[in-house]
Amino acid sequence: MQESFVRELRNIAGERNVLTDPESLAVYGYDSTPELEGAPGAVILPSGAEEVARIMRLCSGSGINVTVRGSGTNLSGGTISSADGVVIQTSRMNRIIEIDEENLTATVEPGVITSTLHREVEALGLFYPPDPGSMNISTMGGNIAENSGGLRGLKYGVTSDYVMGLETVLADGGLLKTGGKAVKDVAGYRINPLLVSSEGTLGFFTGITVKLIPKPKAKITMLAHFPLLQDAAYAVSSIIAAKVIPATLEFLDKVTIRCVEDFAHVGLPLDVDAVLLVEVDGHPAAIAEEAISVEEICRKHNCTFFQRAKDADEGLKLAAARRTALSALARVKPTTILEDATVPRSCIAAMLKIIRESADRHNVTIGTFGHAGDGNLHPTCLTDERDKDEIARAHAAFEEIFDAAIAMGGTITGEHGIGVAKKKYLPKLSGENGIRIMRGIKKVFDPAGILNPGKIF
Amino acid sequence: MDYVRLINCMRCGMCLPSCPTYKETCLETASPRGRVALVRKIQEGQLLESERLLHYLSLCLDCQACASACPCGVNPGELVADFTCERKERDGLGFMEEVILRHLLPHPDRLEASVAPLRLYQKIGLQRVVRKLGIMKVFPEPIERMESLLPALPRRPLRQEIMEVTAAEGSEKGRIGFFLGCVMSLVFTDASRATVRLLSSLGYTVITPKSQVCCGAPNMLGGDKKGLEEAARTNIDVFNQLDVDFIVTDCGGCGAELKKYKKNAELEGSEKFSSKVRDISEILSLHSEELSKKFRPLPMKVTYHDPCHIAHCQGIRAEPRKLLRIVPGLEFSELEAADSCCGSGGNYNITRPEMAEMILDRKLETIRKSGADVVVTGNPGCLLQLKEGLSRQMPEVRLMHLTELLVQSLDA
Repeated sequence: MQESFVRELRNIAGERNVLTDPESLAVYGYDSTPELEGAPGAVILPSGAEEVARIMRLCSGSGINVTVRGSGTNLSGGTISSADGVVIQTSRMNRIIEIDEENLTATVEPGVITSTLHREVEALGLFYPPDPGSMNISTMGGNIAENSGGLRGLKYGVTSDYVMGLETVLADGGLLKTGGKAVKDVAGYRINPLLVSSEGTLGFFTGITVKLIPKPKAKITMLAHFPLLQDAAYAVSSIIAAKVIPATLEFLDKVTIRCVEDFAHVGLPLDVDAVLLVEVDGHPAAIAEEAISVEEICRKHNCTFFQRAKDADEGLKLAAARRTALSALARVKPTTILEDATVPRSCIAAMLKIIRESADRHNVTIGTFGHAGDGNLHPTCLTDERDKDEIARAHAAFEEIFDAAIAMGGTITGEHGIGVAKKKYLPKLSGENGIRIMRGIKKVFDPAGILNPGKIF
Repeated sequence: MDYVRLINCMRCGMCLPSCPTYKETCLETASPRGRVALVRKIQEGQLLESERLLHYLSLCLDCQACASACPCGVNPGELVADFTCERKERDGLGFMEEVILRHLLPHPDRLEASVAPLRLYQKIGLQRVVRKLGIMKVFPEPIERMESLLPALPRRPLRQEIMEVTAAEGSEKGRIGFFLGCVMSLVFTDASRATVRLLSSLGYTVITPKSQVCCGAPNMLGGDKKGLEEAARTNIDVFNQLDVDFIVTDCGGCGAELKKYKKNAELEGSEKFSSKVRDISEILSLHSEELSKKFRPLPMKVTYHDPCHIAHCQGIRAEPRKLLRIVPGLEFSELEAADSCCGSGGNYNITRPEMAEMILDRKLETIRKSGADVVVTGNPGCLLQLKEGLSRQMPEVRLMHLTELLVQSLDA
């Protein structure tokens, strides 16, 4: 990276907020995606929108690539920069600008940690539902860029359902304001949904306004064991068909159950095929009725064990198995490949069968857990990056799993994004026209192609 | 270093919000995930072991909050410490490290003698004069810092005064070997006296062998593995020949280190030794019912700071709180981020004073918010660090070791 260019970066953000030493470049060269890393040419940590605009103007003028990075927790390689690019790190832009109790909105800077926003709004009796697994460290900017989901997706939707207004610095340093606090707004094309899930390829969000809702008054947590996978899957469909929409409807398969029990000893039986964790929330009277329906349905579908938590403490204990699922799996082998193939929820049983068959065929260990209620599964391969043969087999298994998801009318990624990791599968899903239109949109926003190049397509 | 330990990190970032230095800097180089990556890159030959890289690693407090947060069992703090040990084993210790770790700490007599001038310095009133005149400003910062941390020293170290055997009150229910921490014995003698008193009131005979030596934690911190092994050898031999049910310490740092002896399989007898080691709160909470009958009201509002070496290294969180809650009249107020480091970190507040102070200020703010008039903790490092901070910012708030408070309730 040219010295004169670095000097200009320093002029914008200050000496100590531009990093070029090899150690810093190395640690800003990865995110949570296995097998992928690089090192940028420089890292800059701006303090606000004004500096971001100046950085963008400088980079577009010099033809330097820009990759925006939050906490680096994404699972698709979306924040990995090339060696000739600049990483703009959002961590210093971490102010909650406003919580508007009259309009039920919150406006934040991109570096605000998701769970910090949760805490602040919940203290006022409000609720921001998206809760990705990494919410204790993921940033709001990253959540918007990746359209993050989470455990509460089934009932409450995902990030894009909550984004009302965005202020975006464009590639040339110009500012784009889209949406705002008005609930209804049909003026022109809807740009917000396009920016949400754009994975840093269309602009840099400097201001984010999200919708808040009243915090649910109460919650009931339930756990059910099923000796047969099919029965658990039918129970899921029946719960939805009975017009009960749980806030959480999570699933663990046999491999995951075994790993959880080995690691955490939470008392899961090893002879069951599936465990469902169900949480209903809302008005106490309403959820009491819903909990009865859930129990009846689970019993009808041959669950051998059903427990309803008496209080919040017991609820936490029941949820422990699900919460420790990833940790338990991750401990088995050094490398953990966590995927997010997603299907219409009626296809869950069929999808689980395909995952098992593919794992067996390619002789790899895949544990599956995830958001059964919204069809978003996490087949997780336990492997070792040093074993190139096994890694190749793992990828072969996943390729079959993604093909099956597409064939069922599902998708190759429910909440992790395309990034670099799933680029090759996107044309299969979107088709020629889909890719053509995406490329066209990219061209309008970023004619010189400096924003996170090489991602998505 | 075993490469698998490094590649076990899946870079999920769950450790970041738990790390005190990341919270202050928001820099990846100051995060546990970043430190693991740096050590890994050295091993892979992609980065050189530069001064700057070592400087980044040295920012780690080894508070091990990251180990508690890690979903896949990586312990970045320990990893950095082990890396330092391997490096020092290869390059040798520095002169001052050699003096302190090899010639001072392993010899309680010398250590105690070295503190004597300080005691004199306080006793003749020199400390007050020096502080008033700001004379310390002319000394290098670490020395100024050390001076500011120094509390009033007791007349004599506890090791010199305590009886080798303290009899159980009433009939003997059990026997305990008492491990005196260096700082507890040199500085916080009242707390350790309280510890012995509580144990004996519960029917334990307390045996305090004088030939015990420093637990070796400072050696580990300084990368001196050999020194640690020598300390462990002595302590294992001294305590294993006693007929005791438990080996108890009221120092969180010592407890964590003593429990780790067994990790070194080559130390004969270490398994037997480590399996008996308990933090004082573990033993006392076994007798909480009996204690609750003995305790008299203490009307005060108390909060508890979890020492890293007790919460993260030993996994003890419930016991101290349980003990505080059984004191009648005591109002317990939970501290926000109670298990976040106070910035003490062994000698961290001397080697990295700026960062230590930022971390301390954050802790003081949570203490202020708790509204407590007494802060309780269980580790001498935390006591020194918090004492310095409280006296500067909130002199009205009292600071006590857990056993000091409990013994007050016993005597009230």
